[in-house]
Amino acid sequence: MQKHCLACESEASPLLRLENLSVHFRRDGGLLPAVRDVNLTLYPGGITCLVGESGCGKSLTARAILRLVPETAVISGRVLLQDTDVRTLPERALRRIRGRRVGMIFQEPMSSLNPVLTAGEQAAEPLRLHLGMSRAEARRETERLFAEVGIPSPHSRYEDFPHQLSGGMRQRVMIAMALACRPELLLADEPTTALDATIQGQILRLIVTQSRDRGMAVLLITHDLGVVAQVADTVGVMYAGHLVEHAPAGELFAAPLHPYTRGLMHSAPSRNSMQLDRLPTIPGSVPSLENMPAGCPFHPRCAEAIPRCAEAMPPTFVRGAHATACWLAAQPSRDAF
Amino acid sequence: MPGGVAKPEGPLLALKDVSRAFGVRRGWLGEQRRLIAVDRVSLDVSAGESLGLVGESGCGKSTLGRLACGLLAPSSGQVLLEGRALPLAGARSWAAGRIQMVFQDPFSSLNPRMSARAAVAEPLAAQGVPRAEQRRRAEEMLATVGLDGLGGRYPHEFSGGQRQRIAVARALITRPEVVICDEPVSALDASVQAQVLNLLRDAQERFGPAYLFISHDLAVVGFMCRRILVMYLGQIVEEAAREQLFAGAAHPYSQALLASMPTGASRKEGELLPPPLEGELPSPLNPPPGCRFHPRCPKAVGICRREPPAWKELAPGWRARCHLA
Repeated sequence: MQKHCLACESEASPLLRLENLSVHFRRDGGLLPAVRDVNLTLYPGGITCLVGESGCGKSLTARAILRLVPETAVISGRVLLQDTDVRTLPERALRRIRGRRVGMIFQEPMSSLNPVLTAGEQAAEPLRLHLGMSRAEARRETERLFAEVGIPSPHSRYEDFPHQLSGGMRQRVMIAMALACRPELLLADEPTTALDATIQGQILRLIVTQSRDRGMAVLLITHDLGVVAQVADTVGVMYAGHLVEHAPAGELFAAPLHPYTRGLMHSAPSRNSMQLDRLPTIPGSVPSLENMPAGCPFHPRCAEAIPRCAEAMPPTFVRGAHATACWLAAQPSRDAF
Repeated sequence: MPGGVAKPEGPLLALKDVSRAFGVRRGWLGEQRRLIAVDRVSLDVSAGESLGLVGESGCGKSTLGRLACGLLAPSSGQVLLEGRALPLAGARSWAAGRIQMVFQDPFSSLNPRMSARAAVAEPLAAQGVPRAEQRRRAEEMLATVGLDGLGGRYPHEFSGGQRQRIAVARALITRPEVVICDEPVSALDASVQAQVLNLLRDAQERFGPAYLFISHDLAVVGFMCRRILVMYLGQIVEEAAREQLFAGAAHPYSQALLASMPTGASRKEGELLPPPLEGELPSPLNPPPGCRFHPRCPKAVGICRREPPAWKELAPGWRARCHLA
């Protein structure tokens, strides 16, 4: 796929390259594909959003980067963190990357935090483990981080257990923990989905500013196009395991090329929906892994499908910085393009 | 309302100064405290209209929904259906079947051992409708919601969107006059949300129930409802027609909700997000004095910290509870 960068100078070298990343699940003696040949490049300081519906493989893509996948999953392809192929690293070496060069935050901060350790103790753990800080040093640094991510009275919050914190505060603790070792890459899987609208805005703003200030690359996974619109520099749209469209955010929102992307955008209620009598919809529902249609997996739901769509998965057509895996994107005669 | 029923004077469903408190104990032997989840709420729902109720989690909107259909009794105040006090929900009550509810989670709101047909027919069974008629009407209603011929299947055989269709069919089968929809699409995938919202609109055109539509999502409420109530920490803080609200909400909390709404366009390159609302929803165990929103309000002045604001009429049908409105 194309190499470009919006938030940073264009000469910056890529931080992470996914090359034909695939994830299959072993089931009943066979392999079920869940992520298929994803190609994606992340640059320092840039925020890339992967968007799609449940089961499209977006979370699995992010988790496969650090091999945080179920035991039945088989990962193939290359995961290049600068020049290291993380996919083939031994577990020990990988553990030195997790939490140090690559930080992670997940959707449900309650289940990702240890309920019997105080917020401060666990946020300080990566500092002690990876950077070898003493207990006192780690505490000082953690309280500084707490303040940085907007946790009020960090000194006393350090002693709080997770259940004493609100959802928004827990997510801030998770972010402080993920940022502790100054990672080059932050993987954020639905970081605001469990939070309310006004708190969501606070957390997204925090992620954007931290990415800018630290030159940290962010891969943010979400089902919510509203979140994408607010934070993304580049966007990847996933459907049924495939990256079906990838483009700079402005371009994607102004001129989406894949019929699925267009369908998602039109069906999402916005402030303009009140004039509508009915919302535009995508018929049907997302296919399950076991019942993947042949050809382009979206063709049974696609209003624009042509016979070819049922026969073969389209390759990725690239125009400038805009990549689309759709047969229609190959037809220059269509006025939409 | 379907024709034939005499139009009563006044609203179909009315809440008058309704409050609901819960006893909360912190820890095993902790002291018992009163949490006021809904605090003196008044609202009217007219026959056939859609009234939206929007607010964040913990603001009391779901409790309000349960009060409005008789699943919970108010601690004080009155819930009136056609002017009569609504009894707690029960098959033998005079109000049975007249107010129904659609819940958020289609995975836990359906009995896994009941076929779709049985789930949809259950409210009729409770009313003593003969079996053959139950079955016929359930099949008919399933066809109406787009599940023709699938009545013999069980919940696990359906997708989330289909389960929510079953829940809608079950709510409509008694031809209710009011349906309380509590976050009916929040658990669904984006592409399926729109289908279910359209279905709710179709159902309203066909059967004519009024909706009390509860959601955290202002865009969804704006599509479904002409009139919108904004709730914060147990109280209604603004009531307006959606056009008024979207064009220029009067309450700073409504303004913040509007600002966090997707616009359908992406942020300009290099542009930062609009400054979000500071702070968090305070605990309803210990609501702030004065205006409950003042600790988070970017516009708060002295009086906001001292005195709870009274309702201010801004235009017919538009009012806000803000000193500065």
